[in-house]
Amino acid sequence: MGAGHGHVLYRESGSPVHRLPPEVKITAMVLFTVAVVATPREAYWAFGGYALLVAAVAALARVGPRWLLGRALIELPFVLFAFALPFLGAGERVEVVGLSLSVDGLHGAFNILAKGTLGVLASLLLAATTTTRDLILGLDRLRCPQILTQIATFMLRYLEVLVGEARRMRVARVSRGDDPRFLWQLRGFAAGVGALFLRAFERGERVYLAMVSRGYTGRMPAVWQGAGAATAGQWAVAATVPVIAASIAAAALVLQ
Amino acid sequence: MHISNGIIDGPVAAIFAAFALAALAFCVLRGRADLDDRLAPMAGLVAAFIFAVQMLNFPIFTAGVSGHLLGGALAALLVGPWVGALCVAVVLVVQALVFGDGGVAMLGLNITNMAILGTAAAYLLIALLLRVLPRTPAGLAVTAFVSALVSVVVASQGFVLQYWLGGTTDLGGNLGGLAGTMAVAHLLIGIGEGLITATTVVTVAKVRPDLVYALRALKPAVPAPAVPVAGGVR
Repeated sequence: MGAGHGHVLYRESGSPVHRLPPEVKITAMVLFTVAVVATPREAYWAFGGYALLVAAVAALARVGPRWLLGRALIELPFVLFAFALPFLGAGERVEVVGLSLSVDGLHGAFNILAKGTLGVLASLLLAATTTTRDLILGLDRLRCPQILTQIATFMLRYLEVLVGEARRMRVARVSRGDDPRFLWQLRGFAAGVGALFLRAFERGERVYLAMVSRGYTGRMPAVWQGAGAATAGQWAVAATVPVIAASIAAAALVLQ
Repeated sequence: MHISNGIIDGPVAAIFAAFALAALAFCVLRGRADLDDRLAPMAGLVAAFIFAVQMLNFPIFTAGVSGHLLGGALAALLVGPWVGALCVAVVLVVQALVFGDGGVAMLGLNITNMAILGTAAAYLLIALLLRVLPRTPAGLAVTAFVSALVSVVVASQGFVLQYWLGGTTDLGGNLGGLAGTMAVAHLLIGIGEGLITATTVVTVAKVRPDLVYALRALKPAVPAPAVPVAGGVR
């Protein structure tokens, strides 16, 4: 299971962004996204401004553009809707290379692609600079109810338990003569999904009881909480990103 | 099903965010009483399971949206409606913050559809079906299958309602088409979800019936068997 830190998207580094306390980064990221969403879609320049802002933070965090853009492809299934809009939209139509497209739909597609991509890039930057442990610590410091942080802590831990158990069961199947290829593995997997759940639960329960017997009461130890809570200076530094974004959004609204 | 930034306009997103916040606050209050030493690891595992299962995405090309398994019914069956809704909500929050699945500004909409509507629909059906159907593994399987199927379709129609209220692009007469495509696609997804939910819950109920919240609530008279402290020393 390893130590609880790090996940697939985390990029180890000592950059200024990595060193910022997690609660500050979460707040900045959420406010930035809200500013982006509040921007009117006709203000194309504003989205350029946001993209520059994201690029600046990425450079500060030493996250390369290739990594960032590659990972951003994750949003593709979620923005598929955008590609259908020019065909489905109502109202005025234009001809583009022989296709009759809705103007409103084209605007809508741009809106979703621009805002969706900026949101994904912002969350990738948060993921690249924050370990899962810090993320939960940040949520806890932001007064997120303890029951939620507790579920989130166990979720992130048990994900690895689940993956590990699934791998073991696959090895067990293969060594007994199963020859899984491509999609057909799904059949063996589906048949064993209940067993997988139980095995993972029993391992997870042992982990939980071990934690309880070592004094766990639903919150991670005070050692974690105390060190490195955000100072006013750090809040001010991180506030620059949402403040710039909010000014761009305000300017776009006024100029509209 | 994850709505990404910009699909629904700001004011509607804000209204649903307020609604989701209120509903989750209520779930936190009710869920605290439920979350004991047996349920805490289960809630974490259910959330992890849902997280893993939601990674499977099926693009629905005709409507340009994607669908995936939701897990609301599984959560409602295993950890109850309150903690169950919280589990799904935690999954959505972590996905939005770290993985960029679904926009952060659209979290209220996503939580309303998948965590609240989905789990509520599933639990109402579970409560009803468990009383009507015979108390056999088959009865439990049917309950799990039907509640999972219906909850997925209900959650998908939540999106249609939100799009009708605040979609950023006017679809004109195509909204009915969107509703139909979403319903049909999620019916198919719902069948898959129903099968996974039924297999999982029936297996758990066979080996550790004390872990299934829905069955616990049903038989308050019979004291729950003492939990064998599953090899704490192992």
